[in-house]
Amino acid sequence: MTRINESIICAGSGGQGVMLLGKFLANAGMTLGLNVTWFPSYGAEVRGGTAHSFIRISSSAIASPVVYLPGTAIIMNRPSLDKFENSLVPGGLLILNVSMCGQRPERDDIDIVEAPLTEEAVKLGNIKVANMIAAGIYAARKKIFDKELMVSIIEKMAGTRKELVPVNVKAIEKGMEIAGSQDGG
Amino acid sequence: MGNEACGEGAIQAGCRFYAGYPITPQNELTAYMSRRMEGVNGTFIQAESELSAINMVFGASVAGMRAMTSSSSPGISLKQEGISYLSGCELPAVIIDVMRGGPGLGNISPSQADYFQATKGGGHGDYHMIVFAPSSVQEMFDFTYKAFGCADKYRMPVMVLADGMLGQMMEPLEFDEDMKPPAVVSKPWALTGAENRDAQSIKSLRLGSGEASLERHNEKLQEKYRGIEKKETLVEMYRADDAEKVIVAYGSVGRIARSCVDSLREEGEKVGLVRPRTLWPFPHEDIRRLARGKVDFFVVEMSAGQMVDDVRLAVLDDDRVSFYGRMGGGIPEEKEIVRRLRDKG
Amino acid sequence: MAKTFTRPASMKDAMTHYCPGCGHGIIHRVLCEVIDELGIREKTVAVAPVGCAVLAYDYWDFDTTEAAHGRTPAVATGIKRVLPDRLVFTYQGDGDLAAIGTAEIIHAGARGENISVIFVNNGVYGMTGGQMAPTTLVGQTTATTPFTRRPEKDGFPLKVLEMMSVLPGVTYLERTSVHSPGEVVKTRKAIKRSFQTQLDRKGFSMVEVIAPCPIYWGLTPVMAMKRIQEDVLKAYPLGVVKEGSERI
Repeated sequence: MTRINESIICAGSGGQGVMLLGKFLANAGMTLGLNVTWFPSYGAEVRGGTAHSFIRISSSAIASPVVYLPGTAIIMNRPSLDKFENSLVPGGLLILNVSMCGQRPERDDIDIVEAPLTEEAVKLGNIKVANMIAAGIYAARKKIFDKELMVSIIEKMAGTRKELVPVNVKAIEKGMEIAGSQDGG
Repeated sequence: MGNEACGEGAIQAGCRFYAGYPITPQNELTAYMSRRMEGVNGTFIQAESELSAINMVFGASVAGMRAMTSSSSPGISLKQEGISYLSGCELPAVIIDVMRGGPGLGNISPSQADYFQATKGGGHGDYHMIVFAPSSVQEMFDFTYKAFGCADKYRMPVMVLADGMLGQMMEPLEFDEDMKPPAVVSKPWALTGAENRDAQSIKSLRLGSGEASLERHNEKLQEKYRGIEKKETLVEMYRADDAEKVIVAYGSVGRIARSCVDSLREEGEKVGLVRPRTLWPFPHEDIRRLARGKVDFFVVEMSAGQMVDDVRLAVLDDDRVSFYGRMGGGIPEEKEIVRRLRDKG
Repeated sequence: MAKTFTRPASMKDAMTHYCPGCGHGIIHRVLCEVIDELGIREKTVAVAPVGCAVLAYDYWDFDTTEAAHGRTPAVATGIKRVLPDRLVFTYQGDGDLAAIGTAEIIHAGARGENISVIFVNNGVYGMTGGQMAPTTLVGQTTATTPFTRRPEKDGFPLKVLEMMSVLPGVTYLERTSVHSPGEVVKTRKAIKRSFQTQLDRKGFSMVEVIAPCPIYWGLTPVMAMKRIQEDVLKAYPLGVVKEGSERI
């Protein structure tokens, strides 16, 4: 088996579902039998309007759940881009929500997938699923999680609120489609 | 989440009384207990202060119940009064400390600067708590569960010393939902009313002489502590057998140091790890045994250097013990520890 | 010939350490009489304070624990929640209850804890040597108010019952005294009513008993009783302060 060592930052503003997105990715990794950690920013930082969580998914034991140099950054708003763009490792993946980010990334040594995630989510009928479009993009690029696995995690996390499942599945599909159309290679 | 794992560990251990007071980064534990106690017919109280919370636990313990409170560093400073009384009265209780940066209000980032107040008897008088040091969400659960058994067995307060990183992080947790609580020991000393027996009291004031003297009481406590030192010390020795350099670290730093050992071993360096899993009793003997070889010790903590004192006492050769610490909520990175270790030669 | 005056069964056959003319002995006795009368000695768990009454367990023949200074209501809360069918009461002085333990007593009342509180108000710290208490009267000389209690420097006396009376969880509050046989009888009745309130699961109740401390008042026992009548009761009027609660 190939060694997996994913380090991810999900960042955005409160209400954009960046914490939930992080838990979703960690849950998917756990279901594959991998070591996972999820670690939130919290307290004073949360009240500043931006929030982020760190996720590690690894085939070996995880030392620290804190991610200083992410392999992937999922960025949902502009302050988060300012904060984390430079910390991405060379060759890393940047998933950027251009709907909430009036500026382009400056790096040219990373794989960038840009899409108006908020607008796409609105088109799908629920602004809150922008985070799951990002999850779809991540999955298509990294090829660690297949769609079937992600659907099962959505079902698990939705619990009794089954009505939320279809729109989230659509969001995943949308994300995979966006990733396919922007083949950064 | 680590905080919730502690809560579930307590519930599985038969804890049916919890009192707490809000403080970050342990709030999820208090919230978890407020939900969970409802379902098991237990008692949850949000107290008016940490002082009240620990004393409500004192009362529940007087009545014979498995009881717990939790807080973070500034709140633990307040609880020290109650912990001293629990120790003096020989009452079982479990206290979770999810450490944050200090002194004072400090910040809400992870820290290990409560080592002294946890292991050295942070309140007044000669006493100790058994102090468990988890380094994963799994150990948050396991040690909290275990703490109740130890508390009842030895009739004393037991602490689980975690930090903001362990409290806030999520990682997989496995436990058997049908698990049994630690063996219930009978508590003939509990106050439930003087029915079919003489009236009895629980107190820490000792003004008597001879067998009833405070000095004799302290001697008995110390005898108990010596027994615990022999029986309850827990330590993880990781790749330490043939090591020339050994990192000593606990809790969050312990898990980071473990990865340092792996990466240094891959490069052919003979490095090992000693990770104390109980901080009191401290694994002096295990470290002393290693120190008989030509081993150098490198202690890493998220403090200005607290556990390092115990390592020095075990090694008894200060030239072979070096230290690196981060303070005020700083978390050392793997690369940082490796670089510092190499700098020390 | 039948004995008409005996030691209550709930009281141990012991000499107390209290000073001559102290009020604690009287209050202990009527408290134990009430416990006997209600037949609840075997179901009682008491919490002793830090203060002169810290050794109460040497005199009471029922289960008693001791609390850290002022934390008495918190300890009682823990016991009562675990043992809801036992009679749980605290016995606290004015330093314990009205100074260091103010937060604990107010919040026990706010929660409507189903416990009883016997609050002995003698206006000084006795155990530590007669210092000013929160309840010390304006103009009273103590070890720490050598020029008398002056409001501009030392503030005003705390009226705990009046303060507690606004709390919906508080069911019954009465102030009594032990300065005369008639008042001792009323104290006994009030303690009984407080215990009955708890046994009926009606919530928090407290009896404040005005008591003499001849030693630190610098008076003979008889003069101390007279001072209660003439001075103390002006600041702390006797009677029921609250009955019945707004709680559901």
